[in-house]
Amino acid sequence: MHMADALISPAVGGGMWAATGATLAYSARKVTQEIDDRKVPLMGVLGAFIFAAQMINFTIPGTGSSGHLGGGMILTVLLGPYSAFLVTASVLTVQALFFADGGLLALGCNIFNLGFFPAFIAYPFIFKPLLGDKPTAGRLSLASIVAAIVGLQLGAFGVVMETVFSGISELPFSTFVLMMQPIHLGIGIVEGLVTAAVLSFVWKARPEVMEMSAGHQPIGQVSMGKVLAGLGIAAVITGGMLSWFASTNPDGLEWSMFKVSGKEELGGSTGVHHTLGALQEKTAFLPDYGFKKSEHEGAAAEGAAKEGAAPAWPAPDAGTSVSGIVGGILTLLVAVAIGFLLKKRERSHGAGT
Amino acid sequence: MSNIQGSLLDLGVMDQLARLDSPVHRLDPRAKIVAALALIVAAVSFERHQISALLPLLFFPVALGALGRIPAGVILRKLMLALPFVLFVGLFNPLFDRETMLRLGGIGISGGWLSFLSIMLRSALTLGTALVLLAVTGIPAIGAGLERLGAPRVFVVQLLFLYRYLFVLGEEALRMSRARAQRSFDGRGTGLKATASLLGNLMLRTLDRAERIYTAMKSRGFNGEVRLRRTLRFTATDLAFTAGWSGFFVAARLWNLPRLLGDIVAGVAR
Repeated sequence: MHMADALISPAVGGGMWAATGATLAYSARKVTQEIDDRKVPLMGVLGAFIFAAQMINFTIPGTGSSGHLGGGMILTVLLGPYSAFLVTASVLTVQALFFADGGLLALGCNIFNLGFFPAFIAYPFIFKPLLGDKPTAGRLSLASIVAAIVGLQLGAFGVVMETVFSGISELPFSTFVLMMQPIHLGIGIVEGLVTAAVLSFVWKARPEVMEMSAGHQPIGQVSMGKVLAGLGIAAVITGGMLSWFASTNPDGLEWSMFKVSGKEELGGSTGVHHTLGALQEKTAFLPDYGFKKSEHEGAAAEGAAKEGAAPAWPAPDAGTSVSGIVGGILTLLVAVAIGFLLKKRERSHGAGT
Repeated sequence: MSNIQGSLLDLGVMDQLARLDSPVHRLDPRAKIVAALALIVAAVSFERHQISALLPLLFFPVALGALGRIPAGVILRKLMLALPFVLFVGLFNPLFDRETMLRLGGIGISGGWLSFLSIMLRSALTLGTALVLLAVTGIPAIGAGLERLGAPRVFVVQLLFLYRYLFVLGEEALRMSRARAQRSFDGRGTGLKATASLLGNLMLRTLDRAERIYTAMKSRGFNGEVRLRRTLRFTATDLAFTAGWSGFFVAARLWNLPRLLGDIVAGVAR
């Protein structure tokens, strides 16, 4: 979905243009450093190809409606991230000028949303690791589909953030996100399927085409850092989105305690319990998985809860999703820390025996 | 299929309009690009409920289009096509913002409706300006202007190549699409697998074509260094154009010109 000028503020538009401009300049420098000057006409013509390909529709299986290729992933696989970013930028520029598809100020946002995420995030962190060194047809399909989904989710999220930060539209964050992300999940799946199908076709017909962008990666193990980053991103998305679907009903333990003692949590009123409880309250910066409510807000919320109104599901609450994201990152860090510590212990133990 | 043909026709029309001759066409592309961007920034910087103050900005696309001999219908038709997404998002405003902000006669108009109208007006302004900019300048000139304004040369060359081969590849896609339509009965053959092989074939042809282009360039002396031939000269007229319009946009942003006009007229009428 292309951002429109009518929905952004100069600050957001300018900021995104700065980000896009910097990425364009950097990508241009990387591309000109390449020895292969074949790339210059190739990039342009592939851009024209993507443009033309976007005009060819196909019926989506199961729904009967028609869709078309986006192309970000295909470009990145064929050209590598830097060239693909430049080509995507030029395709979007032509679209903005000829078809009024997204405005000129919003072009910065659109190039970032539709160019940066597939080329610099989905491709290195999702597609390449999933494809591995010995690609098979199955792995190619899986890599294409997952990478396309992630790229589009990030792009759609970018649109939401840009719109909400601009403040021209009254759509609240939660409503907009709940509309955009599921729709783009569907679009992402379709894009992934088309990308997978086209890449499979090309791979079978001319396998050497797929080697085009390769050659910058050392043959051997996939770098751990990239896999971790990919997992991290997945955790952010999952934590952020799925936490909204976290049930507002009490979990199993609290439910059983309620049945037994009439209270969901045992209050500690004496000595050590009390002190530790007070300490925990002070240090927990996301109590009950949400932002700390001020005294009077909390009382009002409890009043509403007592009226018997069950909170709506999913529970869109900015606090919960931030908690989900922060919690996911912290969990990942703890996991890495544990891994390191255990490894160290193993090494010292092994050396001892 | 008719979709591709329509799009190619559209591209052709805009292309031809850019090749007309008029005082506006002869302006340096940099002047036009900067003025257009100034308008867009001015338009989106207004407070979200503002409507009347935005209206004077319409002068720019209208004046440029008129002087550039661009038929209004072409621009309006494209505007109509581009509106749905903005319309859809904008329609949420009246839903979420219900406080009455304005009273006309006995009717109270909510802030939501005002901001909705403002969004639609911004849309018309910004998209109209982009379309008129293209129609009076053309991609080759815009590319040259962008390069002189500081865009990376690889990007601009690549943009120009895209534009150059757009029509060629578009027509190829159209032929393939027509061939597919003529061989598919009852929608069979328009599914994923068939389209994927169609796209794959088009891509392989594209890659071969790129190879031929590269060979042709090499045999004409291409050594990897990319050069642009267009010479641009920024004259006093161009400066006056950009400065004048930018000044106007600033004035429109600082003072609500229609309201001033209304006050004057009301004062005179009394």
